[in-house]
Amino acid sequence: MSSVTTSPGFSLFRYAAPNVFYPLAGRMVPLFAVLAAVLAAAGLYVGFILAPTDAQQGDSYRIIYIHVPSAWMAMFLYVVMAFWAGVGLVFNTRLSSMMAQAIAPTGALMAFISLWTGALWGRPTWGTYWVWDARLTSTLILLFLYLGFIALQAAIDDKRRADKAGAVLALVGVVNVPIIYFSVKWWNTLHQGASVKPGSSSMADIMLTAMLLMVFAFWMYAIAAVLVRLRAIILERERRAQWVLDARERGAL
Amino acid sequence: MQWESLESFLSMGGYGFYVWGSYVVCVAVIVAEILALRHRRGAALADVKRAGPATGRAT
Repeated sequence: MSSVTTSPGFSLFRYAAPNVFYPLAGRMVPLFAVLAAVLAAAGLYVGFILAPTDAQQGDSYRIIYIHVPSAWMAMFLYVVMAFWAGVGLVFNTRLSSMMAQAIAPTGALMAFISLWTGALWGRPTWGTYWVWDARLTSTLILLFLYLGFIALQAAIDDKRRADKAGAVLALVGVVNVPIIYFSVKWWNTLHQGASVKPGSSSMADIMLTAMLLMVFAFWMYAIAAVLVRLRAIILERERRAQWVLDARERGAL
Repeated sequence: MQWESLESFLSMGGYGFYVWGSYVVCVAVIVAEILALRHRRGAALADVKRAGPATGRAT
């Protein structure tokens, strides 16, 4: 039985074949990496050089330029991870499950950055690094969901079974994402409400510009990092496949 | 331009510890991820190189 066959006639699934996706992802990585660097440079320039000191919080507010992007990416990446894990579970497509596995560490990293920067922002504004409030606790649970997904996948030797178990965990954990997002509305929390909502914002334009530039920088970085990890995972799992050996002979890995 | 000097930039209006503590750790974990990714790709490539000649065998 060959696992490297593509499905002729199903153009939708063409890129779902690891041998087709591998070189495509390789070409996309430099593009996203350069975009991330340029956007981050622009965002930090606007955020630190052009944007003024905040009237209430002084310069401590400048943590927002990494706090909000990392928090948004941590939530967004979790949903994307659960989506691909679910697709892998339902359609048994190898690449989908590998994609979920590739996203998890970068998602965990984003959750960690949001918690760390939140603690260092909380101290001067609230007087404490940490409080067991709904927003903070649900974000900590998000980090543990990522780490649990990674640990569960690592603990099961059979990759396809690891994918299935991970997918169930990832899908169950999705319920936590709306809890994080709406926690500042549903409960009385120390954490402030959303400054940026669809259609409105309570931030000064120049601060918002810097923050959004950083959001896109984090986004592009996450895509680049996930694609690099996905390529490594493809090689790890398919190292005996004929297309990998062929690509090796051509020097195209 | 908000800053009169390098010192005033570094002190961040007295919040330097919190602001730079955030940014330094953020950059450190991103650099760590990039190094880990480089290592993982290198290890995966080395495994493929060791896999022996192409045999026409698929998994």
